[in-house]
Amino acid sequence: MIAKLRQTCGSGLTALTYAGQNYMVVDRSLIPEILHVLRNEEQFDYCVDITAVHYPKREKQFDVVWVLYSFARNERIRVTTQILDGESLPSSVPIWPTTNWLEREVYDMFGIKFDGHPDLKRILLPDGWKGHPLRKDYSILQQDKEWVQINLGIESGQ
Amino acid sequence: MTDSQSSLSNLDLEAHEKPFLDSNELVINMGPQHPATHGVLRVILRLDGEKVLGLECVIGYLHRGVEKIGEHRTYTMFNPYVDRMDYVAAVSNGLGYCETVEKLLNVEAPPRAQYIRVILTELNRIASHQLWLGTHALDIGAITPLFYTFRDREEILKIYEKYCGARLTTHAFRIGGLQYETYAGFEKDVRNFLTFFRPKIDEYEELLTTNRIWLERTKNVGKISGEDCIALGVTGPVLRASGVKWDVRKAQPYANYKNFDFDIPIGENGDTYDRYLVRMAEMRQSVRIIEQAIEAIPEGPVLAKIPKVMKPAAGEVYHSIEAPKGELGYFIVSDGSTQPYRVRVRPPSFVNLQALDLMCRGQLVADVIAVIGTLDIVLGEVDR
Repeated sequence: MIAKLRQTCGSGLTALTYAGQNYMVVDRSLIPEILHVLRNEEQFDYCVDITAVHYPKREKQFDVVWVLYSFARNERIRVTTQILDGESLPSSVPIWPTTNWLEREVYDMFGIKFDGHPDLKRILLPDGWKGHPLRKDYSILQQDKEWVQINLGIESGQ
Repeated sequence: MTDSQSSLSNLDLEAHEKPFLDSNELVINMGPQHPATHGVLRVILRLDGEKVLGLECVIGYLHRGVEKIGEHRTYTMFNPYVDRMDYVAAVSNGLGYCETVEKLLNVEAPPRAQYIRVILTELNRIASHQLWLGTHALDIGAITPLFYTFRDREEILKIYEKYCGARLTTHAFRIGGLQYETYAGFEKDVRNFLTFFRPKIDEYEELLTTNRIWLERTKNVGKISGEDCIALGVTGPVLRASGVKWDVRKAQPYANYKNFDFDIPIGENGDTYDRYLVRMAEMRQSVRIIEQAIEAIPEGPVLAKIPKVMKPAAGEVYHSIEAPKGELGYFIVSDGSTQPYRVRVRPPSFVNLQALDLMCRGQLVADVIAVIGTLDIVLGEVDR
């Protein structure tokens, strides 16, 4: 499969294995095509999870990870790409409807936008909240004090 | 005088323009403080009379930032936190987390620990399904099953209490195996429970399976097809009730599940009734697994040789288990330090809840309650 994908993608794809688990690191520009091929030609019909990891010291600050599973092949694979802060990704809702809430959570926690998402808004935090808590520069004690004071009528949430 | 006259005439005019009974859609709010939403779930319903046209879930009321906390605790310190996500299946949460970290550390729990882990996890599956059955039946109007299931769940909680001192958020496992050896009489207690519990499943079924009110309230309610389940990422008993024979315990065995002989019960129609039957059958299968495990527990240590200070090599791992609610996955990134660089939890309740909209469309308001119950969500896990 990897060999076939590499034919279409060239050097933008690196296939790796860690602890017996396969994953591939793919260039941002190849993401729409790769996801499409995996879903429609390689039978990865179940998108298990989408998440991100923040590396503030890197130039491309974010790793975005898709965890995919194929019922037909009984196989799991992860697709990882690196993006800049502020860069957006294409939404996968048209290929996997389950990604609707998963992408909303990534947006909520990291501020990564997904183009073409039907309703990209915060999901766990309140709509008016400022900041994205799973970024590394967001302190564990940090909160949107203004929001807490206006909406809850208390000095601090801690 | 003149003022009130003019306002009166205004009122009359309006009354003529608008018919008394109009056919507009009605938007109503359910929750977050509602006894039948199983916690702080808020649902905005769009209704045409009693018929549901669509709905939107508003979640996050119980968000505690578990994933953020994970980045600021050592691997060992974070272990008790995972129990607080799906708090009715704390043991399963712990198993998933411990196994993921073990994968990062490249260690394996010793055989004796594996067997005890399976016993405790399957007991937890029964306890979780019992709680689901009691509250789900209560929501639909059958009060009696609640007393039966809570009475019997107590026996499982007693075993937990004797084993580790806690009943709900047990923190039963440690990375690398178990902290405690089982207490004297553990095997006897588990055997006694199995003998006690086997006829109880029939008792529950007698109350509900052929009960006419139960059939009316659950048959053809909240139907979802297998394809829709896969597209929406729905897993666990909901997926299986729609006819997809998939269980992580069989598909990608973890712990030592491959040593046990058990079936995956599936349904046909994907409605609330089939999901009920699947979960009842799963309790029987769990009893079967525990029976085999209790006979085969080997002697030996319960904790593998693990370093006191855990520093897994840099790398990332995704590992998932079959929790009572569906696929529970952990994605952990290590940077080589004592604390995880990133912990991501793939919660089954969160993903399954997304299907609520599809399952409720065209149903009645009263069915929304039945569908929330049949999805078996725990808001602690949805919001984390």
